[in-house]
Amino acid sequence: MNAPAVASALTAQDFKSDYKPVWCPGCGDYTVLASITRALAALALRPENVAVVSGIGCSSRIPAYTTCYGFHGVHGRALAAGTGLKVARPDLTVLVAGGDGDGYSIGGNHFLHACRRNVDLTYIVMDNHVYGMTKGQPSPTTEPDWKSKLSPAGTGLREFHPLVIALASGANFIARSFSGDPGGTASLIAEAIQHPGFSFIEVLSPCVTFRPEQRGWKEAVRPAPVAPTDDPARAARRLMTDDGFNIGVLYKGSRRPYATDRRASQELAELEREFAL
Amino acid sequence: MTKKSDTAYADFMARAYAMEMDASERYADFADQMEVHNNLEVAALFRKLSHVEGLHANRILEEMGWKQPPRAVLAWRWNDEPEPPETAAVTDVHYLMQPWHALQIGLKNERRAQKFFEQLVRSASVPAAVKKVASEMAEEEREHVRLIQEWLKRVPKPEPGWDRDPDPPVYSD
Repeated sequence: MNAPAVASALTAQDFKSDYKPVWCPGCGDYTVLASITRALAALALRPENVAVVSGIGCSSRIPAYTTCYGFHGVHGRALAAGTGLKVARPDLTVLVAGGDGDGYSIGGNHFLHACRRNVDLTYIVMDNHVYGMTKGQPSPTTEPDWKSKLSPAGTGLREFHPLVIALASGANFIARSFSGDPGGTASLIAEAIQHPGFSFIEVLSPCVTFRPEQRGWKEAVRPAPVAPTDDPARAARRLMTDDGFNIGVLYKGSRRPYATDRRASQELAELEREFAL
Repeated sequence: MTKKSDTAYADFMARAYAMEMDASERYADFADQMEVHNNLEVAALFRKLSHVEGLHANRILEEMGWKQPPRAVLAWRWNDEPEPPETAAVTDVHYLMQPWHALQIGLKNERRAQKFFEQLVRSASVPAAVKKVASEMAEEEREHVRLIQEWLKRVPKPEPGWDRDPDPPVYSD
């Protein structure tokens, strides 16, 4: 009897390093790691051709847990480092990963401009609506009425809407997934990597330590009721009325990715003449 | 020439293999998590559960004569659930959990797997060859349920407040 299809040479396991994650048991980030490794295996990529760049936070530990090249960078600057890497080495598949605090607060400015520049990157944000590593402060995506010992009356601040911001800033692919659906997340990551330009995936990834109620996200998420659109105006209407639990590709644009002209604009001798004293 | 029922049978076995492997990998992840948090007794238990599921997966490869594992579909659905019925939810664990909790997770998964195979046996659209093997697998899962129930009798039920930690690893005040 023949198997339906034979597995590729590399499996998801080949993309996992020997380091054991130190996340809290129950954290959603474990399955996001599994989804990334599954997606890379499914695309038949090789670890030496992939770089995972991150900032600071629980989820930003992820590069160490893969066998790909990794850069665990400065808080909020993952997209800046990832952009530089992709522009210098367009042959690499560059994934940028982090959390909602790192990406939308400390790195908020980089987020806007990475969307605008549309460099061919895949940005995966593990959003748990809290700063987990620094012990549970409200983050940009925390609900205004979420009460904790560190915000006893809630912040009273309207939460940040990352998908709307991404669309308005020019991201070319926008999707949302849920860590409790590792297969679906892997499929979205694979699609995002293949889509040209800046691809943004928000992964709802529960923090069971500081937001144990997020275990209930499993019941809240649902497949987006409409197919992806390439029309920014339609996507904007859809995202503005979204309750944050529609899963799937929500926007797929066709903007040409940024690319540098790598041909030398001047001869070496000409450059030397300019520097001559 | 491959008959349609043969293809359905191979597809089913590929799916059963994915189900066993997924369960094995999730239990191994849990074992790693417990080791990192120095809960070695529960880590060993999860490691054992992972090993058993891995054996089941290997048996499918042997029965089918597959030299290589079949390729898993990235986003398979399982009775409209995103994860296979034998796979525990990643949010089900706690660093202070006890063997009783781990066995409860195992019991729930085995019951769901049993139900999954039983539904296939009852389905009118499933080919006879698939029904036959699904029936055998349901019987196996029933046996696993019984074994875990026996195992549960030998471990103490946790006292209330088992998850209270006087020196928590996370700040809360």
